Amino acid sequence: MNSKINLSTEICGIKFKNPIIAASGTFGFGEEYNELYDVSILGGISSKGLTLKPKDGNEGIRIWETASGMMNSVGLQNPGIEKFIELGIAQMRKFDTVLIANMGGHCMDDYTKGASLLSDSDIDMLELNISCPNVKSGGMAFGIKANVAAEVVSSVRKVCSKPLIVKLSPNAENIVEMAKACENAGADSLSLVNTFQAMAIDIHKRKPVFNNIYAGLSGAAVKPIALRMVHSVCQNVKIPVIGLGGIYTAEDVLEFIMAGATAVQIGTINFNNPLAGESIVNSFYELCENENISNLNTVRGCI
Amino acid sequence: MHCLETIVVKHTQITSDIFVLDVLNPDLTTIPGQFFMLKSWDTEPTFMRPISIYKADDKILSFMYRVVGKGTTLISLLKENDKIKILGPCGNGYPIQELSGKIAVVGGGVGIPPLCQTSKILTEKSCSVDAYLGYKDEVFAIDDFKKHCNSVLISTENGIMGTKGFVTDILTPEKYDYILTCGPEIMMRKVVEKSKKSKAIIYCSLEHRMACGLGACLGCSIKTNLGMQRVCKDGPVFVSNILNW
Repeated sequence: MNSKINLSTEICGIKFKNPIIAASGTFGFGEEYNELYDVSILGGISSKGLTLKPKDGNEGIRIWETASGMMNSVGLQNPGIEKFIELGIAQMRKFDTVLIANMGGHCMDDYTKGASLLSDSDIDMLELNISCPNVKSGGMAFGIKANVAAEVVSSVRKVCSKPLIVKLSPNAENIVEMAKACENAGADSLSLVNTFQAMAIDIHKRKPVFNNIYAGLSGAAVKPIALRMVHSVCQNVKIPVIGLGGIYTAEDVLEFIMAGATAVQIGTINFNNPLAGESIVNSFYELCENENISNLNTVRGCI
Repeated sequence: MHCLETIVVKHTQITSDIFVLDVLNPDLTTIPGQFFMLKSWDTEPTFMRPISIYKADDKILSFMYRVVGKGTTLISLLKENDKIKILGPCGNGYPIQELSGKIAVVGGGVGIPPLCQTSKILTEKSCSVDAYLGYKDEVFAIDDFKKHCNSVLISTENGIMGTKGFVTDILTPEKYDYILTCGPEIMMRKVVEKSKKSKAIIYCSLEHRMACGLGACLGCSIKTNLGMQRVCKDGPVFVSNILNW
């Protein structure tokens, strides 16, 4: 890592040593990957998606490889917010990196109760997932209609004193309207995009691969669409945007930053290359040096 | 747990679709029943492939695998001196320290290879091991078991060797203190069912679709009597009474 270049970035007063964050659901609470490399090298870690009550997640096939990516239908398996506060936070605090708690829900009440618990805990930021495509009731509906999303965001805002990131679904009716609605409802930052609703069929069984029929597509296959969405949103909101969707390389990171993102998240690539976090951070420093970028503000949103 | 690049030392096809891949062991200590995630490509296919350890010593890690799809097809093309990325050793492996007395290893298909090293180590610590090996139509790895097991009993679905039928037909569970099994789930369920009245403690090694191999993605979680368990991290070896079988 080249310490001469300063690639630190700030979102809502929280300082990230670099703009690369591990995406929710691909990185657990960080400890598994920390067996392979010191995850403190990352700008931040977004926790596995949490819900008010513990969840076992979905039955049947949960992951499926696709051309240049994957689909998942894990269904928010998690220990519940209370357990996370009791054990998960201390575990994540061992790492010198920004701690983002990602939270999903099934109904308004879940969101507000969960957010108020997390607001009083030792997290740095809350990432509100209004867009999980794999939870039958709720999750997706909140992520599609801008007015419904705004309602959730403003309720959560009222009980949440931590910086609030709202994670948007690319399945929203209109991603820009959705982003503006969330900004107006009190979001401090937006992260986009979550996975694209997708499908696979087992032709031999003549059945959908996933029990929920549809699942979330991620990986390199979606990157150009995610980049376009991040670009359009950045043109239309004032709050910082965290870009994600198929980022595999340092060059991908720079593309999202040039499109206007303040920071990025890496997800699917962690499965393809378990050392991706470390190697993308290191090669991002090298790339910026080669491109004569000493401060990301000089290129952020240059497109 | 390590993720590194190593080199193919030897690669041999032993049946129409089964290969033995020997790679240089980069100083890793393994337990029988553990596995590695392997890949010989860059970003496509997306996932590494979970392959169990067939044999391991301080110089060589050996994998016996069946070509079933895109990933294993790519792996099968590897030549001597080619590079391969390995992540592991993954999972828990068989609880070798706890095992003693009379032991049966019951394997089916590509569930057979991980039992090879397992039975070798068990006989080295003076356990008496009988092998029950079930094949569909082509047999492999039998000599490995003959080297260290008390007896090797074979079944084939087409009857080309041993008893015609399934390996569970020839298993006599009441003779054993422990049964270690690896193979198709339907076979392992039958082993458990057939052993219900015996005193044998059964360890099953599960196979599952996996993305990370580390316990982070929860793609391979299964429901057990102990709650949700990750096959890649909490397993792949589970004592049968925690499985809802």
